[in-house]
Amino acid sequence: MTFDEIKSRLISVFGTELIRKEEHSGLQPAIVIAKDHLISVCTFLRDTEQLYFDFLSNLTAVDYEDHFTIVYHLSSLPYQHNLVLKVELEANRSLDELPEIPSIASIWRTADWHEREAFDLMGIYFDGHPDLRRILLPDDWQGYPLRKDYQEAEKYHGINIK
Amino acid sequence: MANPKYNAALDRYEKHLTEISSQEMVLNMGPQHPSTHGVLRLQLITDGEIVKEVVPHLGYLHRCFDKHAESLNYGKTIPFTDRLDYLASMNNSHAFVMGVERMLGIDHKIPKRIEYIRVLVCELNRIASHLIAIGTYGIDIGATTPFLWCFRDREHIMNMLEWASGSRMLYNYIWVGGLFYDLPVGFEGRCAEFITYFKPKLVELDEILTQNQIFISRTSNIGVLPADVAINYGVSGPMLRASGIKCDLRRIDGYSVYPEIDFDIPTGTGAMGTVGDCWDRYKVRVDEVKESVRIVEQCLERLQKDFQRTPDFDPRALVPKKVNLKAQDYYIRAENPKGELGFYFVTKEKSDIPLRVKSRGPSFNNLSVISELGKGVLIADLIAILGSIDIVLGEVDR
Repeated sequence: MTFDEIKSRLISVFGTELIRKEEHSGLQPAIVIAKDHLISVCTFLRDTEQLYFDFLSNLTAVDYEDHFTIVYHLSSLPYQHNLVLKVELEANRSLDELPEIPSIASIWRTADWHEREAFDLMGIYFDGHPDLRRILLPDDWQGYPLRKDYQEAEKYHGINIK
Repeated sequence: MANPKYNAALDRYEKHLTEISSQEMVLNMGPQHPSTHGVLRLQLITDGEIVKEVVPHLGYLHRCFDKHAESLNYGKTIPFTDRLDYLASMNNSHAFVMGVERMLGIDHKIPKRIEYIRVLVCELNRIASHLIAIGTYGIDIGATTPFLWCFRDREHIMNMLEWASGSRMLYNYIWVGGLFYDLPVGFEGRCAEFITYFKPKLVELDEILTQNQIFISRTSNIGVLPADVAINYGVSGPMLRASGIKCDLRRIDGYSVYPEIDFDIPTGTGAMGTVGDCWDRYKVRVDEVKESVRIVEQCLERLQKDFQRTPDFDPRALVPKKVNLKAQDYYIRAENPKGELGFYFVTKEKSDIPLRVKSRGPSFNNLSVISELGKGVLIADLIAILGSIDIVLGEVDR
C-alpha cells in the first residue's frame, strides 16, 4: 500500500480530524496524529488485514526545542510497506512534569525497551508502560541528557565527571 | 525531588526483589561473566536450578552515541558507528553512509566499483562476525576446538581488512560518497585464495559441531522462539529467520548492488527439534556464512572482470567537502550480521551537524526477548539461549 492509500484508510475510519498535519519535506512522508488517538490508531494499523503493520522498527523522541516529537517507524513484513507516524508533544521542560504520551508496549513489545530508552535519555513519560525504569543510565541519574537544554552535572557520587 | 510517579517502576522492581519466597534466590549473572559476551548483567530469580524470571540490566558500555552524533558532522560520526557493533564495523558504516548519501541524493551516482568493494568488505565482515558467533557459542556449550578454529579463520579476514583500511577492527573505511582508499593491489587475488582455503574449513566445522550429538542435545528444543513472538519483540536478522520468517533486508530493500547478486536466504527448519530453537539459530548463521562466501565470490568476479582498477580511479571523487542538507528526517535500515540496523537522522537546515541521530541496534531488540525465552528454563540452558541470540554489547548499550 502506498502512503496515500494508508492515509485514506485511516481517514475513513477515524475522520479527518485525526491527522494534525502531513510532512513531505524529506524522502519519507510522515503523518502527525493527535496523541489521544494513538492507541486506537496503532491497534487498527496492526490488526487490519490489508495494513498488517506487525513490526515496529524504531521508536524515538526528538527534541525540537519548541516541542518534542515521538516518532514511530512501522513496517509490515508480509506486505513490505512502511509508515512513519509522529506525535507532537508540548515542550514542558520542568523535571517534575514530563511530557506524557500513552505507551504502546502492549501492542508491540519492541516498544517496551525503546520507550524506556526515550524516558531515560529524553524524559518522556509513557503512560501505562509496564516497567518504566531507566535503561541505559544508572537508576539515580539526574536529568535527561538528550534534551537540548541538558546541563551535565559536576559530580556523580563524588566523582568528577566533567 | 521529581514527581514520585517517575520512580514508581523502580520502587516496584525493588519491592518485587524483596518479596521473593524463601525457596527462591536472586542470582547475578554478569556483568563480569564470560558467557554474557560482554558487560551484560542478568538478574535471575531462581528456584533451585530453574530460572523463574530474568531481569536484564544494560548500560555498562553506554558511550552516548546519540549525544556524540549531535555534536559532530556526518563524516566524523563514521568512526563512532564502527564502535556500535564492533565485530561488524564495515556493515555499520555502510548503513550510516547509505543514509547520508540518500539524503544528499548522490546514492545513484556512486560508481559500481565502489559499491562492489563495499559489499565485498561488508560480506567479509559478516563472515568474521558469524565466525565469532559460532565459535563463542561452541565455547558457551563446552566445545573449545571450534572456537579456536573460528578465530584462526577470522584472523585471515582481519588481516585482509587491515590491509585495506589500516585498522584491524575499527576501519573507518566506507565514507560518505566513496571509500577511504581503493583496495590495495593484489587484494582480489588474496581474497580468492582465502575463499579457496576457507571452503573446506566450513565442512570441517560442520562435522565437528553441527552434527555433534552433545551439541545437538544442548541446543535442540531449547529456547524455542515462535515467529509471532519474535516479530512482536522486533527481533530481526538470523534470529527472526531461524523462527521461519524469510526476511532479509538485503533482498527486501535491495540496497547497494545486492539486487545484482545471487544468494539464498536460509531459514530455520526445525531439523533437530522445533523451528526457532537454539540449534536453528546456530544453523542459520552457518548457512549464512556459506551464502556470504558465494556473495564474496561474485563480487570478486565482477571486480576482476567488469569493474577493474584503473589508474585514474579515485574512490574519493564524490566525497562532499561539506554535507549540506535541507531540514528533513530519514530512517535508513540495513541488514547487519545481527539483524536490522537502523539510523534515524533528523537534519538541520544548512548545517552538516544533525539535530538528532538515533541508532536502532539489532542486538538491543534481539536481547529484549531474553525475559520471554528465559522463563522456566534451567540456568545452563539460559547460557545456551543467550549465546544463540548473539549479542554485542557495544550495540546494545551504544
